Amino acid sequence: MNAPFFKFDYFGEETSLIVAFIIGIGFGFFLERAGFGSGRKLAAQFYLTDLTVFKVMFTAVITAMVGLFWLSVLGLVDLSLVYVSNTFLVPQIVGGLILGVGFVIGGYCPGTSCVAASTGKYDGMIYLLGIIAGIFAFGEAFPLLKDFYTSTAMGKVTLPQLFGISYGLVVFLVILMALGGFVGAEWVEKKFSVKSGGVRK
Amino acid sequence: MKTLTLNGPVDDTAEAVHDRIEQPAARYWNPYVAGIGLGLVLLASFVIMGRGLGASGAFTSLVSVGVNAVAPEHATSNGFFSEYLGDGKHNPLKDWLVFEVLGVIVGGFFSGILAHRVKGTVEKGERISTGKRFLLAFLGGGIMGFGAKLARGCTSGQALTGGALLSLGSWAFMLSVFAGGYAVAYFFRRQWQ
Repeated sequence: MNAPFFKFDYFGEETSLIVAFIIGIGFGFFLERAGFGSGRKLAAQFYLTDLTVFKVMFTAVITAMVGLFWLSVLGLVDLSLVYVSNTFLVPQIVGGLILGVGFVIGGYCPGTSCVAASTGKYDGMIYLLGIIAGIFAFGEAFPLLKDFYTSTAMGKVTLPQLFGISYGLVVFLVILMALGGFVGAEWVEKKFSVKSGGVRK
Repeated sequence: MKTLTLNGPVDDTAEAVHDRIEQPAARYWNPYVAGIGLGLVLLASFVIMGRGLGASGAFTSLVSVGVNAVAPEHATSNGFFSEYLGDGKHNPLKDWLVFEVLGVIVGGFFSGILAHRVKGTVEKGERISTGKRFLLAFLGGGIMGFGAKLARGCTSGQALTGGALLSLGSWAFMLSVFAGGYAVAYFFRRQWQ
């Protein structure tokens, strides 16, 4: 097996769009199954009454991370051909903080708002219009932001490179951290749901 | 709208049809099960395409095409929009992320239908009016759109995808998202409680 398939020309650009659509269906399906079409459920992450966002996100991250790690160890996937975006450390931290604020105020992130809108949430539809306005504003302000946007450019940096330890060890540490996080999340949920008189589920 | 049938007029507006066939919404899946499903979709994307998932990029393509339609010179002279418009030989909407996001909309709808969760509602707490919720939804979306562009991706492209690929910028981004959210959550509690 030579993977990623697309990089080995198993199929072309046109077919890749069909693949995109099918992968998107899977993505949207599981987002909705997790309850991510509901702004209340998503926002509850930030009030500690329902930590589903954390649990789903980190379960997904470790599932894909571990899967990719073993496929590359077995020589089935060429890890160097999987696209890792470049790090621009400070703009990404500032962008993340801004995004977190938008998450609490708006109740969604871009992917989940698509699911909210398609399952009939009117606020999700309006949120989508907000995203469009925000991206337009960023584009218009781009000449002013460009210097900051391209600052602290570090190229492709991964955690194994940063810490100078093996890929496998980082994978192991991330799993440990996530498992610890899950135990903590269950404990926090219990504590805060009692306080606020039960979790909405 | 009323339709005449043998049994007399039937109200067939969307709500009326919905009320007739309404069944209680199913429970959401266990978060760890849904997370594994999501992770396998992401893994499939890595293996098949050599890239991860995304969302905000699709909207950037859409915005760029819109700006280009209204003011082509303005769009091409802007370094941000012009990058998404490309060389002009390809339709910027024939883009991987655009098709992926169309799939997300369909997949979410499909799951919602199966679980009897597709319903015209507004997600908000009891203490805030619908008008205010709409205003905050628009504002939050705007802030999110702006932040996502500064960070070069959102929860899907950076946190999920970059997180699984152990990218430094993505992990810094992910922690910042939670930090930003928790920092302001207190001030917006009325919206959700």
